[in-house]
Amino acid sequence: MDMVVILSTLDATIRLSTPLLLACLAGMYSERAGVFDIGLEGKMLMAAFAAAATASVTGSVWAGLAAGLGISLMTALLQGAAAITLKGNQLIAGTAINMLAVGLTTFLGIQWFAQGGRTPQLKEGERFTEVKLPFADELANVPVVGPIYSDLISGHNILVYIAFLAVPVTWFVLFRTRFGLRLRAVGENPKAVDTAGISVIAMRYQAVLITGLLCGFAGAFFSIAQGSGFGNNMTAGKGFIALAALIFAKWKPVPAMFTCLLFGFLDALQIRLQGVEVGGVQVPVQAIQALPYVLTVILLAGFIGKAVGPKAGGVAYSKER
Amino acid sequence: MNAISKHFGALLAGVAMTAVVTGAALADPAIIYDLGGKFDKSFNEAAYNGAEAWKKETGGNYIDVELQNDAQREQALRRFASQGANPIVMAGFSWGTALNTVAAEFPDINFVVIDAVVEQPNVQSIVFDEHTGSFLVGAIAALKSTTGTVGFVGGMDVPIIHKFYCGYAQGAKAVKADIKLIENYTGTTPAAWNDPVTAGELAKAQFDAGADVSFAAAGGSGLGVLQAAADAGKFSIGVDSNQNYLHPGSVLTSMLKRVDVAVSTAFKEAGDDATFKPGVNVLGLAQDGVGYALDDNNAALITDDIKAKVEEFKAKIISGEIKVHDYTADNSCPGI
Repeated sequence: MDMVVILSTLDATIRLSTPLLLACLAGMYSERAGVFDIGLEGKMLMAAFAAAATASVTGSVWAGLAAGLGISLMTALLQGAAAITLKGNQLIAGTAINMLAVGLTTFLGIQWFAQGGRTPQLKEGERFTEVKLPFADELANVPVVGPIYSDLISGHNILVYIAFLAVPVTWFVLFRTRFGLRLRAVGENPKAVDTAGISVIAMRYQAVLITGLLCGFAGAFFSIAQGSGFGNNMTAGKGFIALAALIFAKWKPVPAMFTCLLFGFLDALQIRLQGVEVGGVQVPVQAIQALPYVLTVILLAGFIGKAVGPKAGGVAYSKER
Repeated sequence: MNAISKHFGALLAGVAMTAVVTGAALADPAIIYDLGGKFDKSFNEAAYNGAEAWKKETGGNYIDVELQNDAQREQALRRFASQGANPIVMAGFSWGTALNTVAAEFPDINFVVIDAVVEQPNVQSIVFDEHTGSFLVGAIAALKSTTGTVGFVGGMDVPIIHKFYCGYAQGAKAVKADIKLIENYTGTTPAAWNDPVTAGELAKAQFDAGADVSFAAAGGSGLGVLQAAADAGKFSIGVDSNQNYLHPGSVLTSMLKRVDVAVSTAFKEAGDDATFKPGVNVLGLAQDGVGYALDDNNAALITDDIKAKVEEFKAKIISGEIKVHDYTADNSCPGI
């Protein structure tokens, strides 16, 4: 592989890992606070649809993003109401959100746009395009650093930068602020937090809302940045891959970033390995397309050691009377 | 309309049907679209346009349905057949099994299937010479390419899409024997017809590997390829419908498959037993069943030089001087 191919693969890695990373960090807030979130997929799908539909109707990408974030937040609140206030089973609440999202987005898509559940193709100004970082052109000819900066780091859309900025921000919020300490405590030992006079319910709602916000960015990335319009079920299980990445990274922000980059890399690689001969034998497309999933199973089953989640995760909190 | 008058209307229709001897010919035609949806800007949309053209021309009505999943095929066919729709037209290569079963159950109804072959006395099968049309756009791609590398993004990895690729590759090689071809498929399940994100990533990878033209034979997924080409300032080639207008200046041409003509002809002729022609009907370059799209949106891209060469290829294929190999004949593509 020459430099161009390597750069192109890494470039695609960043693009493909962005939605995973946003969803993974989203799940981290919720799960750290003791609310297992299997509904990442559903929230992303709702956001993707709302973003594309709004961008297409208003002609503004920012209105689209705002709608995506808003819908995702509302979906998160709905899930929160079921799992926190009503003390429903968290896994069932998440699954319900996923099922609702698939059905509702397709239904509304057909009703509103009559294009088989798709939203219209987005035009220029209705989707996020590549951002050129300063000095990208000037540095392009500098050996080694030049192409890495101008091809790899520059030239992504704004949501990509938001995703990677969210990593240090999440680390800081979770591990260096009072809010983060309380949030983690709620996930480990809610009774102790309650005894200290802090509302467990309020903490969990805040966490779930942050989850909704980040899922909104992830969903918008699918439909108004990476793609140009919404398609049925376009998140294609990425929410579950993000969940796998979260466990693999043991609920920590920086490992989460590297895990998502690994999954993104495998995806980018499988696209480039199609039809390539290895040792004189043409590898079947199917085998290569299954690679990311097979590796997910192997990594989760064998290589990460024991991944212990937040102790109070999965249990609705109720004060003893 | 309340329930009673609705029933009364149905009753009247029933009386009318039995009163006229050739009752079936009066029934409305029906069309069933394949997965990917009516407005995929490609194959299904071409079928829809054909139905609409028929409606405009004759003022008649037709009924249609979009499938949501594979399991609905027989169900949709039976429902239309028992409603007395005639003819029933279906678009897509996955209809073989379902139609074989249902056609035998309704011998009085005429069926037309596009892109598949079903051998029943009341079925007309329309297939296209996609390989010759693909040959022409392959030649255009090679003539336009400055890098000497051209790409292909297929939808689902099935023989009929290999047929597109095989023709495309032969056309490109006919222009430039040492041209480099990159062949990719979006996936292996029907979801691959509706996955523009993956298809777009495949196209981006092809452009990064040096390709400057990519042919998308991928139904709704092809939109991702067209978008990726427009974003990267490269060329793409659309499929089935004329997709030149989607990104003028970037969509080089479209491999036309006149599904619209097939549908409107079927609506016109297949409802009446006198004009219905069961059996296999192959539409090729000579019948204008396949071809390449030339309009205002790509007039500046297709120079007179390119056009002259492609027309020459077309004439030679029609006369039989150039034989384009059909992948589906032996499931192989020799020399590629």
